[in-house]
Amino acid sequence: MTAPVVLDRRSVLAGGGALIVSFSLRRAGAQEKAAQGPKLPGSLATSPNLDSWIRIDADGQITAFTGKAELGQGFRTAFQQIAAEQLDIPFDALKVITADTKLTANEGYTSGSHSMQDSGTAILHAAAQARALLVAEAARQFDLPPDGLRTESAVVIAPDGRRLSYGELVASDLLHVEAQPTSHLKDPASFKVMGQPVPRVDIPAKVTGGAAYVQDMRLPGMVHARVVRPPSYGAQLSECDTAAIEKMPGVIGIVRDGNFLAVVAEKEFSAVKAMKALSAAAKWRESAKLPNQQDLANALTALPSQDFAIFERSDPAVNGARSLEATYTRPYQSHGSIGPSCAVAQFVDGAMTVWTHTQGVYPDRQAIAEMLGMPQSSVRLIHVEGSGCYGHNGADDAAADAALIARALPGRPIRVQWMREQEHGWEPYGPAMVTKLSASLTEDGRIADWNFAVWSNTHSMRPGGAGSLLAAQHMARSFAVPAPKPLPLPEGGGDRNAIPIYNFPNAHVMHHFIPTMPLRISAMRALGAYHNVFSIESFMDELAGLAGDDPVAFRLKHLDDARGRAVVETAAREFGWTRGQKPPQNRGYGFAFARYKNLAAYCAIATEVEVDRETGRARLVRAVAAVDAGQVVNPDGITNQIEGAIVQSTSWTLYESVTFDDTRITSIDWQTYPILRFDAVPDSIAVHIINRPGQPFLGSGETGQGPAAASLANAIADATGKRLRDLPLSRKRIKDAIDA
Amino acid sequence: MMALKVNGRDHQVDADPDTPLLYVLRDDLALNAAKFGCGLGQCGACTVIVDNKAVLSCVTPLLLVEGKQVTTLEGLGTVAAPAPIQRAFMEEQAAQCGYCIAGMMMRAQALLMRNPKPSDAQIRAELEPHLCRCGTHMRILRAVHRAARLMDTADASDRSVR
Repeated sequence: MTAPVVLDRRSVLAGGGALIVSFSLRRAGAQEKAAQGPKLPGSLATSPNLDSWIRIDADGQITAFTGKAELGQGFRTAFQQIAAEQLDIPFDALKVITADTKLTANEGYTSGSHSMQDSGTAILHAAAQARALLVAEAARQFDLPPDGLRTESAVVIAPDGRRLSYGELVASDLLHVEAQPTSHLKDPASFKVMGQPVPRVDIPAKVTGGAAYVQDMRLPGMVHARVVRPPSYGAQLSECDTAAIEKMPGVIGIVRDGNFLAVVAEKEFSAVKAMKALSAAAKWRESAKLPNQQDLANALTALPSQDFAIFERSDPAVNGARSLEATYTRPYQSHGSIGPSCAVAQFVDGAMTVWTHTQGVYPDRQAIAEMLGMPQSSVRLIHVEGSGCYGHNGADDAAADAALIARALPGRPIRVQWMREQEHGWEPYGPAMVTKLSASLTEDGRIADWNFAVWSNTHSMRPGGAGSLLAAQHMARSFAVPAPKPLPLPEGGGDRNAIPIYNFPNAHVMHHFIPTMPLRISAMRALGAYHNVFSIESFMDELAGLAGDDPVAFRLKHLDDARGRAVVETAAREFGWTRGQKPPQNRGYGFAFARYKNLAAYCAIATEVEVDRETGRARLVRAVAAVDAGQVVNPDGITNQIEGAIVQSTSWTLYESVTFDDTRITSIDWQTYPILRFDAVPDSIAVHIINRPGQPFLGSGETGQGPAAASLANAIADATGKRLRDLPLSRKRIKDAIDA
Repeated sequence: MMALKVNGRDHQVDADPDTPLLYVLRDDLALNAAKFGCGLGQCGACTVIVDNKAVLSCVTPLLLVEGKQVTTLEGLGTVAAPAPIQRAFMEEQAAQCGYCIAGMMMRAQALLMRNPKPSDAQIRAELEPHLCRCGTHMRILRAVHRAARLMDTADASDRSVR
């Protein structure tokens, strides 16, 4: 028997009678062509059909599609602005459909600050080209040259007053075409919607109790599942008497498959109670194999590594005199989503549908299909928002849990909600890292040579294969964790932002990639850039100190990039930074700068911190940021991202570290993994955006993480005279440094 | 069966008395706003108002709220007719993922009901039990201040009508 096929975009559109595309065939053709012609902009390069991005129905309904997932960054609104602007229609005249394997293009993961760059760019060009085609079609029907026609509110208007609506014009196969490499984009000076702080479309439901999250789904007949996870990595289920639990009120069934254990109940709290009983009944064999947390840096650097020289520059004519070296460390850190992961799955007539807050519906579909031994065409993944994830949290695993349970209980929608300790204990953490830096200064106080080495695991163990999913690892026919790979440059993983943006005459950068992963890890906002920028920008301040120079002036002395300089100068000016400034008692000023991945948004952050010398407590008092994210689509969206980055990075930097003993993770809730609370919220954060009309979109979602961390470290050093190089810059570490 | 009054309406709920109020609101009454965040009273995402006081619904058993007035974010207003606190959060765009926001709003609402003109320090102290991971704190603070102003204006116009 062949498995039933979930209708794909092609057959759906054919059935709908609007715009018919041969999605897969055209794509194959386009790939051949792409090898010959110029690369198409953004994600048009992989999904070149205009109607993969813009759909206009005969009834005038307009839809933009994105394969990216709204995670709370607000890009659903930004994409709607882009499409509305380039189509010349009001903002409210279209809707945006996000990641769904049945409806949208495959854009891989929503990660790496790529959404604006990939999907935003594709929608920009697809909308502009769609508008050009509509105008050309109107010109043909009017028998007039297209140059004299104008568009307004989804209507093409001739000089003589004749009008044709987009809906009337599109009735044929108009948008069933591949994109061109270049588009006639609107002049940024004429923008009405792009560049405006349009209120986000998702906020009204979120502040009135509307259904906004996958957690809020209530499908007819839906039942509630809870998973019982092993107490530690690699634990084996040796015994589990489920008889009493099966008789508990409301319990529908228990799913046991190897080390995978779950319970399903009619009502949610019945499932929670049954989970607790099941957890008590389960006996596990555990083994001690976690590294010594007190000696983590040495434990990491002692592991075998693959070593890559990723940057070399040499000028034998320049020699350093005074030199400095330093080692910086970062612990494992949690994504710490406020809502634990959740998913809903339903298995009907051999077809699986999963509603999930995954960042990658297509790769997660591939993994789930492999886990279930089903063809991908029989599995559909639909993105529904969850709590903010900031990278690869438990989302994909919860989706796999739901799918595995749903297959065991066909027909009924299964809602799986992880508990707090499961999210904290099982999410793939941001990897621990070690960096070793050394540099020397010329007689006139410039950096003569620079050496940077980073030790890190990979920064992505995201699905693609089933082995990335906990359920697939735990089931009897278990899938092995795939071999980790270093993420390729120029974006990189552990070496993201390891190559300095500054111009040094001699520079050597090494990436020591560590394949062994003592703790489960994966992508966390900014990947290696968080620690690498923390290290580089801390060390720049240390070197400025050695040179007797002002930190901002010292940076500018080594920075050629004009847009980078503008960002540094703006942040310094708006902060009121002056050479020789003297902060008030127990306060300090800090500065840091980076261009995320050396190719996305630029960000500089100046901070003022206050340090309580008695307790060691550091508090961010104020922060001033400058950011250049290219052409601005929604300035308030960028401001929101940078404000959030500063506060979140402050929390990572001052407080956060995953804790563990030799067997188990011990940071399993907000008591054992404290994060920033309102008493530590700064007095003010100001964000200054440098708009670059007509320039490419540069993702801004992760650019603030590294600079915020280093700026804080530099301000604490300014306040205390002590340099802290081990994250987090905790109260105890600051106090110990002050007392030393 | 337990009797419960939520957002001004009486309900008979078929749930054990030890069931946390959160599960009753979400599962039995199909209300979305109160969120499961930790189930431990550590994050504030589940906050609702019971008899004018902010309460962590994930650690409050149904038994303790029988016969009391429970208000959730749904009970304050709608998209079409938002309450001042809802208008304020929309106007300040005070959300990123927004998962923590409903709980924040309910505690802020309870504060504003007993103290219509809180200082910034009072708002910060009041919101201390609440976690936000996106780092939207600055906007949340602005939104609560704005809500206080909006409520003040609404009260003034009410009086002028009378």
